[in-house]
Amino acid sequence: MMRLPGKLALGAVLIGLIILVGPLAALVAPEDPRVWQTHPRNQWPSAEHLLGTTALGQDTFWLLSWSVRNSLMLGVSVAALATLIGVGIGLLAGYRGGMVDRVLSFLMDALIVIPSLPLLILLSSMTKGQTSLLAVGIILVIFNWPFPARQIRAVALSMRERDFVNLAWYSGESVGRILWRQMVPYLRGWAVANFINTILVVVAVESSLAFLGLSNDNVPTIGTMIYWALKYQALIAGRWWWLLPPIISIIVIFVGFFLLSNALADRLRVNPMAAR
Amino acid sequence: MARHARFLIGRLAGYVAVVLVGITFIFIIPRLLPVNPVEAMLGRMMSQGAYMQEDQVKALREALSDAFGLNGTLLEQYLGFLRRTLLSQDFGPSLAMYPTPVKELIGQALPWTFGLLLASVLIAWVVGNALGLIIGTMPDSRTSRMLEAVAIIFYPIPYFILALVLSILFSYVWKVFPLTTTVRGAPWSWELVWSIVYHSFLPAVSIIAVTFGWWMLSMRALSSTLMDEDFVVYARLKGLARSRVLLRYVLPNAMLPQVTFLALQLGLMFNGSIIAEIVFSYPGVGSLIYTAILQGDYNLLMGTVSLSIVAVATATLLVDLLYPLLDPRIRHR
Repeated sequence: MMRLPGKLALGAVLIGLIILVGPLAALVAPEDPRVWQTHPRNQWPSAEHLLGTTALGQDTFWLLSWSVRNSLMLGVSVAALATLIGVGIGLLAGYRGGMVDRVLSFLMDALIVIPSLPLLILLSSMTKGQTSLLAVGIILVIFNWPFPARQIRAVALSMRERDFVNLAWYSGESVGRILWRQMVPYLRGWAVANFINTILVVVAVESSLAFLGLSNDNVPTIGTMIYWALKYQALIAGRWWWLLPPIISIIVIFVGFFLLSNALADRLRVNPMAAR
Repeated sequence: MARHARFLIGRLAGYVAVVLVGITFIFIIPRLLPVNPVEAMLGRMMSQGAYMQEDQVKALREALSDAFGLNGTLLEQYLGFLRRTLLSQDFGPSLAMYPTPVKELIGQALPWTFGLLLASVLIAWVVGNALGLIIGTMPDSRTSRMLEAVAIIFYPIPYFILALVLSILFSYVWKVFPLTTTVRGAPWSWELVWSIVYHSFLPAVSIIAVTFGWWMLSMRALSSTLMDEDFVVYARLKGLARSRVLLRYVLPNAMLPQVTFLALQLGLMFNGSIIAEIVFSYPGVGSLIYTAILQGDYNLLMGTVSLSIVAVATATLLVDLLYPLLDPRIRHR
């Protein structure tokens, strides 16, 4: 097993790198990468253009940083929302039990089993690449809250039998307060790990859609960047500086975040059943 | 016996409900969109230079609305849609490959997808669990560390990236495997079998590479905790052979969560196989979906998406039904 600080440090370095190249660099970008033909086309990497230019006359480096920024923004906001909803509904279902639990559990199981990609493909192909990132985000939230909810429900089921929860209940605390003050503190570490994993799912799904040409063309994401590169034959023409950077950055994002969540899980003993 | 019957009925009811939720989603999504598929299609026909008179356009609009099931009240539309999806599986003719019925196209593609998915999921599951069992029971060896590092790097990478990289390397740079699928050989000949294996190899490898890491990491966690259990320690102290301890004491107990997760992951793996098929032009449902997107073939899209949801739900049901066979302690209450 890799030693813990190693995992954490490597993950942090990788993600730091991505944030530097993505959101931070995008802040100081001297130009809007969505505008075509601002530079000579298909330039090799040089001092002026760190990663050369694309066949559409964009500077590849600035395009990359905007793409990374947008992909991460979508991932972070969807993951935050899905984790919050998941923890809330999971706690409610597990704590309340009975009919509420049965209805919510059924909903979770149904949403988990349904493959979401075909539905997203259906949605975006009918709007022909005009789907706003917001719409994609909403659908992704709908399909991603059940994963945390299901596990949190199981934890809440066992936790409500605990003495301290009973004590709180006997002292007349409200349901909301019991959930918030007695149960949530145990789940924080777990929720963070889940949040990180959901970012990855979201980035993967959005870029898969974009890769199929189904995302919004006007918003550069890592997926749309790969799509445009392939569409303009970057592969056959050997324009590696256009195709490789998005592929490498997505791999760095995934390995980095995964290392982080893994190290976190090890450190916090995140298995929520171990919260004793 | 009554207990089993009750479990079976409950599970089947759950299955029907899941399929209904999925189909309802498919029914609602197009109706929430600002685009009207009939108008979109008419617009496309016009822009392709077809000149039509006013009443011809009207007749065509009616015919298309009928074909898309857009006539009548919302409830009538819904019931009609359910009937078409669940009972007759009739989605009309494909618009891109007119007049082949959608049903026939899907019928040809489904065995390819399920063959690929079944083979790669099983291989990944068996290999991942076997490796996980081995490294979980000897956590400090060099092999374990190396395997774990490999799993940590491969597991989080999205399918399409891995598929893309594999296809660039093996079909484009080194030209070992084909870029497109052309299956040769008479039915039931060795040539055909070879041809299928040859074309499925890369897609299968990409699915296996992305999924086996998860099985390995989770199996490692399960088996390393099991090694500290009293009954395993006792078996070891008793002097049982290592292989016997692993196969008879650790493995059966670690199997259960892995099978549950297999059922949960089928939907995700199906998503992956769609992408893999598109990247490798593999003639399955995924490629069909892609054709439907590119050609704006509404009938084909509805058909493939609906049937894939039914198919995945069915596969999940089957895994769930197998579950009690694995653990005699499971009783349905």
